[in-house]
Amino acid sequence: MIGRFWAVLIGRNKEFLRDRGALGWNLLFPFFVVFGMAFAFSDKGQDVFKVGVAGEIAALPSGFASTKHLKFVPLGDLSAAQGKLRHHQLDMLVLPGKPLTYWVNENSPKGYLVEKIMLGTDAAGFAPERKAVEGRPIRYVDWLVSGLLSMNMMFSALFGVGYNLVRYRKNGVLKRLKATPLKAAEFLAAQVVSRLILIMAVFTVVYQGADFFLHFQRLGSLLDLYLIFALGSACLVSLGLLVAARVTSEELAGGVLNMLSWPMMFLSGVWFSLEGAPPALRFVADLMPLTHLIDAARAVMTEGATLVQVAPHLYFLGGMTAAFLAVGAWTFRWE
Amino acid sequence: MSVVLEARGLVKRYPKAAANAVDGISLSVREGSCFGLLGPNGAGKTTTVEILEGILKPDAGEVLYRGAPIGAAFRERTGIQFQDTALQDHLTVRELLNLFGALYPRRLAEAELTKLCDLGELLDRDPDKLSGGQRQRALLALALVNDPDVVFLDEPTTGLDPQARRNFWDLARSIKERGKTILLTTHYMEEAYALCDEVAIVDRGRIIAQGAPDTLLKKHFDGVVIELPRADFKPPASGVPGQALERGETTELLTNEVEAALEALKRGGSSLAHLRVRPRTLEDLFLALTGRELRE
Repeated sequence: MIGRFWAVLIGRNKEFLRDRGALGWNLLFPFFVVFGMAFAFSDKGQDVFKVGVAGEIAALPSGFASTKHLKFVPLGDLSAAQGKLRHHQLDMLVLPGKPLTYWVNENSPKGYLVEKIMLGTDAAGFAPERKAVEGRPIRYVDWLVSGLLSMNMMFSALFGVGYNLVRYRKNGVLKRLKATPLKAAEFLAAQVVSRLILIMAVFTVVYQGADFFLHFQRLGSLLDLYLIFALGSACLVSLGLLVAARVTSEELAGGVLNMLSWPMMFLSGVWFSLEGAPPALRFVADLMPLTHLIDAARAVMTEGATLVQVAPHLYFLGGMTAAFLAVGAWTFRWE
Repeated sequence: MSVVLEARGLVKRYPKAAANAVDGISLSVREGSCFGLLGPNGAGKTTTVEILEGILKPDAGEVLYRGAPIGAAFRERTGIQFQDTALQDHLTVRELLNLFGALYPRRLAEAELTKLCDLGELLDRDPDKLSGGQRQRALLALALVNDPDVVFLDEPTTGLDPQARRNFWDLARSIKERGKTILLTTHYMEEAYALCDEVAIVDRGRIIAQGAPDTLLKKHFDGVVIELPRADFKPPASGVPGQALERGETTELLTNEVEAALEALKRGGSSLAHLRVRPRTLEDLFLALTGRELRE
């Protein structure tokens, strides 16, 4: 059994490695994206000021709360919110009440501005009490890189496995294999593992390569980051497998894969934080594996989270992987 | 000799098809023989053979391998060459042999396969870049990689030039000499005649005649075919012994009495300048049985 799995795995790896075009594209594309984004967003933050509110937004002084270009984000956990402030993900943090308590980052020019703005509104009448934090800024690219790499993984996983499987089915490779003692589970496992190896190799090259030039700020452990990305890509590869389990048309497979990947690309928080997003959007996003992958990876990168702290995301990804694999293998057809 | 493969009452209908693709086919294949399914395109040969291979499930009927329903052992003991097959890209013939060989518990050594299928310089090449005949040899090697008891060859020489076709026949004969059973489908009657110990002529999903090629010909008609250009064929009012058929610009006279037939044609004033006499073939048999050409 291991022998058959191994033979198919080696064959698939050779097939991929010798397809120079696909290999080059798989390596170059994520580099382009990471460097393109780093260049596009260098020294620019988001163009609104973001104020964290540790409590009810309605409890804020109304004049302050209605200031244009200030975005108020409710945050339950005060210490997590202070962490975000330290890494310049928030420009200010406020605890409503009288006196009004607020925190600013001494290293943040935007924090300085928001403080001046606040003190020019009716908030000045709430006896504001200033507390300071310090911390190096997390650039947008530090924040973005988890999302970009995850998104690239998603395309590689979904299309690499899904599309290829449908092509195999259409041109008769699967039929030829069906005539051998090879079992569906052995064949599928080899496809999944082959793609996982590729994805993690590309991840290593792109992450280390981009890190060499951009010096990402990563607060958590690299090993944790690897484990999260490995689990996330296993989940996405399994989803690709599920889509391709019995489809015979490349057009249909392509359509379904696009239908899955595009919403994930825009709604999983690749580009913008989902904090403060409408609950309906947040609900949809929470159903997407990519959201959990990005949230967990980003927490390790920018907040120094440990695996335990992101465990809910990992459980979700693990559960989805098992479900996708089980249904995919169960519904799989050689023809 | 014992029966190695047996089919009973196979029926298969494809969705939306007007008729059954396979409509009650039963056959039995003796160990070490070459069994041919001969018929025109669309007769149901490939569907039948894919049911025998265990690739397709019949709507009715059953297939027995050494007396038992086909199962895991069957996969290990058979080798298949599909009519058209794609292989994994970017792998050489040698790598494909290794890949497929690893899928079976028993395998034929590479050197032996190379010799048997005359692979030689093909081993390190990409199958997609081989000529038709070379590719068929490589595919045959893949079908033999597990040293199978039964080898299925589905239209193995379709599209090959006559030389490559004859070379392939030599390979098929040497496989048979190793004691293997071959199940062959073809729409070339000369291929069935050259290779098969037993032939089943298939038309519209049914077997319309079955037996050893020579026995079949003798049973259905003995004698020869006299061919004349249509314009030259002038039978006398008393008629000619035998059955006259028009095939394009040629008239064919199937007869057991050559001399009497020639006498009659001369009496009628036929020109015999372009006359040809040839033995009857399975193709004539198919025409006689169905009223249609084997290759339409």
